[in-house]
Amino acid sequence: MRGWPLIKLLPTKTNFKFVKYSRLFGVISVVLCLASIVGSFTPGLNMGIDFSGGASMEISKPVGQTIDQEEVSAAVSALGLQDVGVQGIARLDNNQVDGSTVLLRFQLPEGADQTEVVREVEAAITQTVGEVTYSGVSVVGSKVSGELFRSGLMALGLATVLMFLYIWFRFEPQFGLGAVVGLVHDVILTFGLIVLMRLEFSLNMVAAILTVIGYSMNDTVVVFDRLRENLRKYKTMPLGEVIDLSINETLSRTVVTGITAVMVLAVLAFLGGEVLFGFSIALMFGIIVGTYSSVYVAAPIILLWGVKRGEFAEEAKPIKLGGASRP
Amino acid sequence: MIHLSRWKVILLGLSLAFGLLFAYPNLLTPAQRDALPGFLPKNTLNLGLDLQGGSYLLLEVDVSEMQAKRVANTVEDVRQVLNEAQITPVALQPEPTGVVVTLSTEAEVDRAFTDLRTLVSRGGVGGVPDRQLTRLSNNRLRVTFTDAALNSMGPDAVTQSIEVVRRRIDNLGTREPSITRQGADRIVIQAPGESDPAALERVIGQTAQLTFQMVDVENSIEDALQGRVPPDAVLMQDELGNPLLVKRRVLVSGENLTRAFVTQDQNGQTAIGFNFDSQGARRFGEVTAANIGRPFAIILDGKVISAPVIRSAILGGSGVIEGNYSIASASEMVSLLNGGALPAPLNVEERRTVTAELGKDAVDRGMRATALGFVVIVLFMFLAYGVLFGGISVIGLVLNGILILAAMSMTQATLTLPGIAGLILTFAVAVDANVLIYERMRDEARQGRSVIASLDAGFNKAMGTIIDANLTTLVAALIMFFFGAGPVRGFAWTLSIGVFTSMLSAVLVAQVGLAWWLKVAKPKKLPVAE
Repeated sequence: MRGWPLIKLLPTKTNFKFVKYSRLFGVISVVLCLASIVGSFTPGLNMGIDFSGGASMEISKPVGQTIDQEEVSAAVSALGLQDVGVQGIARLDNNQVDGSTVLLRFQLPEGADQTEVVREVEAAITQTVGEVTYSGVSVVGSKVSGELFRSGLMALGLATVLMFLYIWFRFEPQFGLGAVVGLVHDVILTFGLIVLMRLEFSLNMVAAILTVIGYSMNDTVVVFDRLRENLRKYKTMPLGEVIDLSINETLSRTVVTGITAVMVLAVLAFLGGEVLFGFSIALMFGIIVGTYSSVYVAAPIILLWGVKRGEFAEEAKPIKLGGASRP
Repeated sequence: MIHLSRWKVILLGLSLAFGLLFAYPNLLTPAQRDALPGFLPKNTLNLGLDLQGGSYLLLEVDVSEMQAKRVANTVEDVRQVLNEAQITPVALQPEPTGVVVTLSTEAEVDRAFTDLRTLVSRGGVGGVPDRQLTRLSNNRLRVTFTDAALNSMGPDAVTQSIEVVRRRIDNLGTREPSITRQGADRIVIQAPGESDPAALERVIGQTAQLTFQMVDVENSIEDALQGRVPPDAVLMQDELGNPLLVKRRVLVSGENLTRAFVTQDQNGQTAIGFNFDSQGARRFGEVTAANIGRPFAIILDGKVISAPVIRSAILGGSGVIEGNYSIASASEMVSLLNGGALPAPLNVEERRTVTAELGKDAVDRGMRATALGFVVIVLFMFLAYGVLFGGISVIGLVLNGILILAAMSMTQATLTLPGIAGLILTFAVAVDANVLIYERMRDEARQGRSVIASLDAGFNKAMGTIIDANLTTLVAALIMFFFGAGPVRGFAWTLSIGVFTSMLSAVLVAQVGLAWWLKVAKPKKLPVAE
């Protein structure tokens, strides 16, 4: 059969002039990043109860019956609780949004006894809409939510610093800088998506962003490895061309791996249910952006700063016979 | 040179055997697992609370409340000592960690100093005094808790609380609760399965501090109601809601209780019986003998349960508490009293409850997503790289899946819902190792190298990149593990295990598989090259 394995259709040698467009894409990246940063403050992140504190309860009635969202909301608000929100969600047993299951959220008053508040809310709901069952209840105090938020941000910061150190150690400072700028770019844009799609920013989301960081680095490392190799191989070739060559040489891998990752994440987003939807969407987006940033953020930074090619030339000096110049 | 290395085949065989050995208990029913001979591993995947249902509670021990209480008791101790020495203090000024006594004359200070020194030398854990006495200027004395006592108060309270909470939860019959200390003053309770979170919170929500205190009959309750409460008494309400003036000094407390039980009073009403230890019995005997005809109050967690009048000296060290008890409430009370009092109140800071039904739903979704994700990757690899190269990746993936299952079961790492997502992503990353190798091979073949040289160079040159790329994922996972909470940790752990198993399976299977193919087929051309 001609054309199978399909990989044969993907040329091993491409010749795209990536560097030529780096200015244009650089501007686009900067604009998008700025928009994402602004968006993260206004309108701001849609904080889940992990980070904002408060309570969330899943309330359901048997199939065929409905829970009046307005009534629930009014009953809970009447207790003097703030930020009350009620939304219909899919039933557990048949996965239908038929009005029989709702998700209730509210903020806990400062210094209140959680157990007591939850008990009052349950009583108020029973009184208004009758007997219901509670399938999932989460209550996070303001103290704990503050700590979770701080440690989440700290994890993101620490991950960035460690990645920078790792790349610096494995490559050289310019590479480390390029990789970290690429990584920060990916994280910022992922935040932008979270704001844009009103995804809930929760502990799971922090895990997703950390994974994006890992993947973004993974992708950058593959390009950088080739770049380092080619810098040694073609000592006189202009830096821009070496970068283009390296990206082109790794392009088929970038495409194949990217497709695989995006495909499985799409499966996860559509089958994983409510909890994993936001998580998978953020990961998928982060992986696409991570691939883009390896090409258009990390590599051009190196071009901008330049590399001390002398170091590589030094290493290669003893070989004067021509041919392969890999040390 | 690429060749069919014996040790690589052996390593592959060993890891497969290890994987199957530790993974297969997951396929058995619990009964079948129990029937396995003892030397075989029986552990299955340890599902997180979000997957099997259960309750998670993060409690904070209110150490400041406990310290305040102990300081208050010290104030009463000092008042009692001065009272017995017939010294009337000018002022008793409570401080955060103790009390300052102001007296009128130098001579009183000398006398009080001797008596208070005796008080201070008593008490404390293991005979080491936990309070100290200092003489200040202007006829003042200070009794404070020592720094050592203050420092150990929090950790001790947490340790003690954990024991009490464990006893109480065991009484509830909850299956395998996990109760652990977190940080300086927190306790995490994880109770899996169909446990009733409300009951759980009810039993830990009460400190169950039982005290016996005298009712103040010398001072008028009307004065107290108008705000003139004597310094050594406190205004409370009796069981009927009437105001009651109670002496602050604790005569006997729940610490002296050896046993509580459900019983009946003379009128056939449900009541709680109790026995004191020898020290408690002696003090209770002394107090009741000295106060016949006067009422005393039985106080639980700051509420008066009953205030009976002492009819005769109670010397046997046992008694009955009458209250408006039903059999159920009396039983719960008894089990609380027998479990011991919490040294300090526990505040619920975080609570997550997932019903078993919700957990099962999450597992089903996770399984479906994993299965379909796997099929998608397998199809894609076959389409992209053909039967041989694609097939080798798929075999690697299957081995990878078995190894992850085995490692997760063996280490009893908790699998959470995000962890399942980590698992699916691991498959994609595992394929990346193969893709790196294959693309490098194609690259080499394009440059005109022979099949053997291409395969060889493909492995050699791709290896460094694969290790670098996986290390970055590992770093991210480690950070998640140390900073993350609950489900995130599960995700990090799954991801880390996946990094190791995927490097092993993807690279090793490819090396052995391709070497075998070289040996058997003696190919002239790479099937994946143009």
